[in-house]
Amino acid sequence: MTSLSALADSRELLANLTARELRGKYKRSTLGWAWSLLNPLVLAGMFTVVFSLIFRAPAPVGHPSGLKVFPLFLLIGLLPWNFVSNGINGAIDSLTSNANLVKKVYFPREVLVGASVLSWLVSLGIEVGVLVLALLVAGNMVLPWLPVLVVLLVLQTVFVVGVGLALSVLNVYFRDVQHFVALFLQLWFYATPIVYPLSFVQSFVERHHAQLHGVPVLALYHLNPMVGFVESYRRVLYDLRWPAFGDLAYITVASVGMLLVGALLFRRFEPRLAEEL
Amino acid sequence: MSGIAVRVEGVSKRFRLYHERNQSLKAAMMRGGRARYEDFWALRDVDLEVPTGSTFALIGENGSGKSTLLKCMARILRPDRGRIVLAGKVSALLELGAGFHPELSGRENVYLNASILGLRKREVDARFDEIVDFAGLEKFIDSPVKNYSSGMYVRLGFSVAINVDPDVLLVDEVLAVGDETFQRRCDEKFAALKAQGKTIVVVSHALATVRTMCDSAVWLEDGRVKDLGPPGHLIDEYVEQMHPERELVEDAETGEAQGTRWGSGEAQVERIELLGRDGEPTRQVRMGESVTLRLHYRADTPVAKPVFGLGLHRLDGVHVSGVNSREAVVPDQIEGAGHVDFALRRLPVLPGTYDVTVSLMDYANLHTWDFRNRAFRFDVEPGLPREAEGVVVLEGNWSIEPDR
Repeated sequence: MTSLSALADSRELLANLTARELRGKYKRSTLGWAWSLLNPLVLAGMFTVVFSLIFRAPAPVGHPSGLKVFPLFLLIGLLPWNFVSNGINGAIDSLTSNANLVKKVYFPREVLVGASVLSWLVSLGIEVGVLVLALLVAGNMVLPWLPVLVVLLVLQTVFVVGVGLALSVLNVYFRDVQHFVALFLQLWFYATPIVYPLSFVQSFVERHHAQLHGVPVLALYHLNPMVGFVESYRRVLYDLRWPAFGDLAYITVASVGMLLVGALLFRRFEPRLAEEL
Repeated sequence: MSGIAVRVEGVSKRFRLYHERNQSLKAAMMRGGRARYEDFWALRDVDLEVPTGSTFALIGENGSGKSTLLKCMARILRPDRGRIVLAGKVSALLELGAGFHPELSGRENVYLNASILGLRKREVDARFDEIVDFAGLEKFIDSPVKNYSSGMYVRLGFSVAINVDPDVLLVDEVLAVGDETFQRRCDEKFAALKAQGKTIVVVSHALATVRTMCDSAVWLEDGRVKDLGPPGHLIDEYVEQMHPERELVEDAETGEAQGTRWGSGEAQVERIELLGRDGEPTRQVRMGESVTLRLHYRADTPVAKPVFGLGLHRLDGVHVSGVNSREAVVPDQIEGAGHVDFALRRLPVLPGTYDVTVSLMDYANLHTWDFRNRAFRFDVEPGLPREAEGVVVLEGNWSIEPDR
């Protein structure tokens, strides 16, 4: 897989371009990195007000942790989601916004996509760091689970890089891709148990069993890899227990598969990039 | 120094010329899948070899495919057929400072740009001072490049690219950057790279530079190799073929309105002619030929002691020469029509395009009857001597005699 080995060979360039993204992002803002934290906090606050105060949805109880704090429950799903959303959008932009570079200098182009995703991973890392502190303050002893968290983060990065490679190169040929993705991400957000617990979907399916005519709604719902990701993050950070084996297996397969598909597509379309941009 | 640094084998490159360049899904679906386009072959079956350590030029008209070939060598474009084999590390100077981030400092950009060009941090550390020194930006290296002037920007870009220490350097006419001091340093750097046995491939329209700098050249026409060989002969033929077209363009430019004209008008220079070796008017002459500049004048009222002046400017603005007839021939008075000749036994100016300015003034240099700025344009083709640099060839005789 030349695409992936190219990415591995240019680690230093990858690091430098990631640093460029990060430095450029908040360079001239007064709050700088605080923006990276402020954004999810405001979102979490907003959803907390809407769901737990207006709709009076009870905060789910972590088992076995016994934690019952809606904003934390929400953030554990929201932060990985933001990584997916920002990472994919950033990756799509990465080729078109660096068109000049692609046209004038030779280097493995995958690096641009990789650097964009990595810059968002760094943001996620900081956000998760703060989240872990908050969880500790709330009494959740998450420290022993951090290695599992790292595994999940790596898998998710693989997933986002795969999606990013595929969409970024398609976007060069069809600029509709980015608009379509913007729309799709909104739907995807609500198809993922972020603002609601997975149990909602389960009880919905049980209640409406008759009307569904045997359509395997729950299985279809689980096809969304983000369901597995968010559930696994919740179990590790909120419940303090091992992710379900099925979820873990599925997201591993989905991530690696997505990466292969992305790398193949990228390799297929990469040769004409400089002239199509 | 032996071997081949760049081997181009049967390379063809096709571009798609889209009829309607809308990269939207809707348009694609309405067309039923693929965009409609025409194939345009920018390169067809190009074969050539660039020997290691040589300086190689790609020449040809605009659109002949030379930049495309260079980009294929740089691996930015992928040939549709054939292949290009490169020996060693390649660095391309296609655009200077591509990839600079305006918000980052010069220092940060040096590291970033160098790593895009394939240098490791260790290597940049070792060369950093040299890079900054070469660009002459010691004082500004820690301020963001968005505050740089365009000259500083380009200088830094050039300095990074040239210090990558490639085995093969590909250059696309970006040499003309910066002020004269920087230009000279670039020339020195290229000479040094050449001396180190690096291979340099240039795309250039500066034929005089190609002639003196390059060991061999390829002439591309419509994407095909027209000729290949030592630059002197190749450029002579190239210029020969290109001329008819250039003449047309410049004839249009040298209409009456082109240059400014002033003067009281009692006497005027009506027409300027350049007579070639055969005494016939022409606009193309060869260096070293005997030529005559003929000024046709007309004086409606008699004017006393007229002085004719001739100025010669190169197209890039260099004032090559200014001469007048005051110390040579001054008639007591002229009336009616006539002509003045300025004959040169051997045209001393180097190949290029030149503009002639003429003046008709009184003996005391106080009154201008007619002044026509850049009223006539002509081309000088390569001739004898073949090897010459600078602006003019000094007329002189070489002799050698050992001491007794």
